[in-house]
Amino acid sequence: MSGFLASIGLPEIVAGLIVLALNAYVLMGGADFGGGVWDLLAGGPRRKEQREHIASSIAPIWEANHVWLIIVVVMLFTAFPIVYATLATVLHIPLLVMLVGIVLRGSAFVFRSYGGEKYGGRRGWGLAFAVASTVTPILLGVIIGAVASGDVAAAAARVGHASFVDVFVIPWLAPFPIAVGLFALALFAFLAAVYLALGATDPELQNDFRRRALGAAAVVFVLAIIALLVARSGAPIVAEGVTGAPWAIALHLCTGAAAVTAILALWTRRYGLARIAAAGQVSFILWGWVLAQYPFVIPPALTIRQAAAPPVTLELLLIGLAAGAAILIPSLRYLFKTFAPAAK
Amino acid sequence: MSDLFAARSQMALSLGFHIIFAEIGIALPLLMVIAEWRWRRTGDAVYLQLAKRWAKGSAILFAVGAVSGTVLSFELGLLWPKFMQFAGAIVGLPFSLEGFAFFTEAIFLGVYLYGWDRISPRAHLAAGLIVAASGAASAVFVVMVNAWMNTPAGVVLDAGTITGIDPIAGMFNPSTVQQALHMLLAAYAATGLAVAGIHAAILLRRPALPFHRHALIVALAVGAPAAILQPLSGDLSARTVARWQPVKLAALEAQFETERGAPLRIGGWPDADARQTKFALEIPSGLSLAAFHDPNAEVKGLSAFPRDAWPPLLPVHFGFQIMVALGTAMAVVSLWAAVVAVRRRDVAGSVWLLRALAVVAPFGFIATEAGWTVTEVGRQPWVVQGILRTADAVTPMPGLIVPLLVFTALYFLLGAIVIALVAGMVRETA
Repeated sequence: MSGFLASIGLPEIVAGLIVLALNAYVLMGGADFGGGVWDLLAGGPRRKEQREHIASSIAPIWEANHVWLIIVVVMLFTAFPIVYATLATVLHIPLLVMLVGIVLRGSAFVFRSYGGEKYGGRRGWGLAFAVASTVTPILLGVIIGAVASGDVAAAAARVGHASFVDVFVIPWLAPFPIAVGLFALALFAFLAAVYLALGATDPELQNDFRRRALGAAAVVFVLAIIALLVARSGAPIVAEGVTGAPWAIALHLCTGAAAVTAILALWTRRYGLARIAAAGQVSFILWGWVLAQYPFVIPPALTIRQAAAPPVTLELLLIGLAAGAAILIPSLRYLFKTFAPAAK
Repeated sequence: MSDLFAARSQMALSLGFHIIFAEIGIALPLLMVIAEWRWRRTGDAVYLQLAKRWAKGSAILFAVGAVSGTVLSFELGLLWPKFMQFAGAIVGLPFSLEGFAFFTEAIFLGVYLYGWDRISPRAHLAAGLIVAASGAASAVFVVMVNAWMNTPAGVVLDAGTITGIDPIAGMFNPSTVQQALHMLLAAYAATGLAVAGIHAAILLRRPALPFHRHALIVALAVGAPAAILQPLSGDLSARTVARWQPVKLAALEAQFETERGAPLRIGGWPDADARQTKFALEIPSGLSLAAFHDPNAEVKGLSAFPRDAWPPLLPVHFGFQIMVALGTAMAVVSLWAAVVAVRRRDVAGSVWLLRALAVVAPFGFIATEAGWTVTEVGRQPWVVQGILRTADAVTPMPGLIVPLLVFTALYFLLGAIVIALVAGMVRETA
């Protein structure tokens, strides 16, 4: 542990902040995508009410939540330009599909809200919103899985020497990245169901989302095991970190405790606690991946140190982040306070 | 189509699409806040109706602007990874600050749109003001990056590799102030006059509707001063280009020979092979006067530079001519409206003024696209002037025609729907 602490410098701090921003995106933006999944899967006697609850819950906040992704991207290309350039080169195709999903999700949502029914039908836009919300998280997971697998680094070294498929397709169209993609989708859907259950005022509607959250928790569990099994051959470095490192047991205990707490809280209808536990569970999983591949950004080729921009950039970025956070944090608190479910 | 050309086309398409939404996203919230402020001051419910309409328009356009802006933040890497690897440590800072400004805008737009009856009137108006101010700040930060690409500063180079950087000097490079000013005025002028023109057209048919009279006046209050100031800002920009990017100046003026007392050309067809511009109306010494404020100043012609350092002449020259012509028309019509207002006559009462406003309604957006073409195509073959060539920055990924087609289809679909939605909203009020 002391070795780990001694290795922390400016580049590691900035990298940690990028993961923190990604964590925020996953907890907030991820849940908005999960909302789209439940729109797609809406059913039963309260199908319409479910969709309306999803729409009214995410309408005031989804754009702010989405900006976390942009913060992650700009921080990444500022502090680790070579990482951004490498990912954008090798993962061009999944990034492109993810972007199409992001564009369609956002625009379909506003078109549905603002009179788009005349042009494509309200349900048409609803379907586009729901399908795009389902596809986009899978791609996000695929991209993270491809980085963790170590194949992005290998492909980047072979640009110009290997075939198109070897460089631009194989690194992400593989069992491990796809398993991570599905896992991410399940996690986002789980988060969304928990938040939606908390926010529902009608007890029957609340129970709909409670049952969905419990079902999603089961799917998360199954997909986590599959991803871990595939990781042994598909992402050896991360698999070793997650299973063998000294901190791994403690982290697994935390993740497991959060998961069990979330399920028990849902079972006993303590939705506020369920939200905290679910958010904790997802965050532990994210940080588990990050720690498993530390100190690499793109394992096994680029470490945080090797990829970092010059110190002057990192220092200025930190100053900028501090100034930005001073404006942002109170603003976000205000946003969520204004539209908190309890105020309804 | 070569991959380089496909990449350039996709970037041009994405930026050309986004810039319209960005402009409206900067200026429409200002109209919305002014309308709400007028309502709170006068109690005139028409202003409230107007504020809510513009808020709805802002919501649609902001959402499309936000997603198309997200696309751009990825496209920088998807299409130009070597540019970002080279420049990320410098241009990343203004982009990060833009990220925060954009974040603030998104948060308070959410508060504004959905908070009408949840927060106090004062807080609501303040939320709208924050949206308008952070939109403008976003534009300034993004333009800083473009200004750096035109006049890079804060980079120490040794045989093509960066050995030292000063990101602050990069942010405040010689073009930053001029370009940021020009972009902001363009946003207010284009959006203000477009909105004014739409309502002027309706007033021509139904002169009595107070909704459209109020809308016209608020839109003109924002658009007209910006349109009147824009030629001055253009002069500032042109002089900066003359000093720092002489080859761009030569291309946009179609000036082939280096000469003192160079003429200002109106129209004309630049013939790169014959190295002369035909059929132009020439104002003697006009260019020297405009670019250097000295009729005898020497203007460098294209012949002073190697042929492979020339930007494509036709789009740059015609883009510049179109921008100046449309901008001038907007300034003249705005001055006319200002004269009517200063004489305390009814701005909505002059049929000819309303007609003129209806005609110039789209000019601002066309001029923006033309001006953007001038600054971007005019910098070619460089992505960072004098440091990195566009051809050296492009991704090694083959088959770039495919993403180009995907985004072309996507943007045309989005553009068509947004136009249909906005047209529907306008029709509801007419």
